[in-house]
Amino acid sequence: MTGLLALTAAQQAELLRAGELSAAEAFDFWRARAEDDDLGAYLWVADSAPDDAGHLPPVAVKDLFCVEGVPSGAASRILEGYRPPYTATSVENLRRAGAPVLGKTNQDEFAMGSSNENSGYWPVRNPWDRERVPGGSSGGSAAAVAAGTAPWAIGTDTGGSIRQPASLCGIVGLKPTYGAVSRYGMIAFASSLDQCGPLTRDVTDAALLLRHLVGRDPCDSTSLDYPEEVRMPTAERLDELRFGVWGLDEEGLDPGVADVVRRTLGTIEELGGGVEEIELPSARHGLAAYYVIAPAEASANLARYDGVRYGPRSGDGDLTAMYEQTRRDGFGDEVKRRIMIGTYALSSGYYEAYYGTAQKVRTRIADEFRAAFERVDFVVTPTSPTVAFRLGERTADPLAMYLSDYFTVPMPLAGIPAVSIPAGLSDGLPVGFQIAGPAFDESRILDAAHALEKAIGFEGVPRT
Amino acid sequence: MIERDQVLHVARLARLRLSEDEVERMAREMSKILEHVEKMNELDLEGVEPTSHVVELQNVLRDDVPRDSLPREQALAPAPDAAEGGFRVPSPGQG
Repeated sequence: MTGLLALTAAQQAELLRAGELSAAEAFDFWRARAEDDDLGAYLWVADSAPDDAGHLPPVAVKDLFCVEGVPSGAASRILEGYRPPYTATSVENLRRAGAPVLGKTNQDEFAMGSSNENSGYWPVRNPWDRERVPGGSSGGSAAAVAAGTAPWAIGTDTGGSIRQPASLCGIVGLKPTYGAVSRYGMIAFASSLDQCGPLTRDVTDAALLLRHLVGRDPCDSTSLDYPEEVRMPTAERLDELRFGVWGLDEEGLDPGVADVVRRTLGTIEELGGGVEEIELPSARHGLAAYYVIAPAEASANLARYDGVRYGPRSGDGDLTAMYEQTRRDGFGDEVKRRIMIGTYALSSGYYEAYYGTAQKVRTRIADEFRAAFERVDFVVTPTSPTVAFRLGERTADPLAMYLSDYFTVPMPLAGIPAVSIPAGLSDGLPVGFQIAGPAFDESRILDAAHALEKAIGFEGVPRT
Repeated sequence: MIERDQVLHVARLARLRLSEDEVERMAREMSKILEHVEKMNELDLEGVEPTSHVVELQNVLRDDVPRDSLPREQALAPAPDAAEGGFRVPSPGQG
C-alpha cells in the first residue's frame, strides 16, 4: 500500500476506477498518513471512511470550509467547537464526484496571514525545513500535500493564500477565476476576492480537482456557469504562445528567486514560447489597494462573531460588554489589526480617501491586465519574492509579512485566474513560478503549466 | 499618524476591547500600514470608475418557490446560550 505515496491523485483515481484499488483501502491509507502528520498541518482527521467514498482519492480541506457535523472554524478560537449544520458547495461537489473529506487543515486565522503563524491553534512547519514557515494562509493544505500526508487538498486564495504556500512548499496551487467556484459554506474573509482552489502535487491533479469544483451554485449568487468542462492538460510545447513578464526588476525580489524565474523564462523559449517584458504600472500599488479592500470587507464579515449564535462567549456584563469581551478573547492579533484597519478605512470622513481610492486602483489594475492580454497570452511573475522564511522572522512586522503577497495580490483584484508551479530551488528551498491568464482561461493556463512542468522536472520534497 | 483617541474610537465601532498595551501597539502598526497604503495616492485616478466587484451581475433572482429551511433546533445547536427556542443574550443595559 505504501506504493500509493508515489502516485499522483489522478493516477490513484485511475486505479480506483479500474477497481484495482478500493475506496476504503485508499481512504485508510491516507487517513493513517494524515494521523501521522507531525508538521501541525491538520486540525482534524476523519476517523473512518464514509460509506459513499468513491472514485477519487480523499481530499484535505482547509478548516474554513463548513462540513456538516465536522469542526469547521477557520482556525479561530472564536469558532472553537463549532460544527456547522451544513456543508460548503465546493466540498459537496467533490464528495459527489467521489472524493470524501480526509481532514481539516490548519491555516492562518480567518485566512489572514502569509505564514500560517496566525493560526489560533499552532503554526505549521515547512516539510523542506521544519524551522521555516509553509506560507499561508492555506499553509496546512500546502504542507500536507508536499509532505504526502494528503493526496491533494483545497484551500482559498484572497490575495495569494493558495499560490504563495504552494510556492513555498514546492507544489502546484491554482486560484480560479472569481465566480468559477461557489463560495457558499466558505467562512468569509473578503467576499469580493475569496476563491476556492486546488493545491496538488502536479498540474494534472489541479485540473482534475478544478473540473469537479467549478459551476454555478444557486446558494452563491456571484458564482457563474463555467463555460466548458475543464480540460486535462496535455501540452508539451509552447509554440506560438506569448508570455509577458512582470516584476523581475522589483526591489525586494530575492536574487536566488529571480535566477530561477529567469531560468524558467529560458525554458519557455526552448519550448517555443515567446517572452517579452510587460508593464502593469498600477500593479505595484495592488498591495496598498488590497490592504484597504480586504480588511474593509473583513471588518464587515467578521461582525457576525459576537458570542450569540456560535462559538464561545465571554463576559458577565451587559450585551455590549459581552460582545467586546467575546471578540477580545476569540480573535488573534492579526485579525484584530485587520478589523481595525478595515473599520477605520470605512469610517466617516475616511471612506473616500481609502476605500474609494482603492476601488479605483482596482479598476486600473483590471484594465491593465485586459490590455496586457491583447498582446500576450499569459502574464508570468515570481509567485513569492522570497523562499520560505524562518518561523518568527516576520511576526514582529506586519508590513514585512504583507509584502509576501506582492506578486499574488493583483490577480484577485482583477478577478483573473493564476497558477503557481514549482520551478526550481534556491538555497535548497522551492521557488514558485506564477502564470496568470484572462478570466475562465484555466484550461489554457494549466496546459502551458503542464508543458513547463514536464520540461522543468521538479522533484518534490522526499516523502517518508 | 493614528493617535490613541482614534484607536479607541475605531475599537469602539468594531466592538473590540483593547488592553493599554494593545492600544499603543495598534496606533503604531496602523500608522505604518496606512502610510504604505497611502502610496496609492501617487496614481492619477482622475475619472477612473471604482470597482466594487469584478463580476458584472444584475440582480440574480430565483423562482419564488417555498422550500424547507434549516430546522430551528439545528440552527440553535451551536449557540453558547439557547433558551425557549431562541438565542439568549445579556440585557442591553446602558452600553
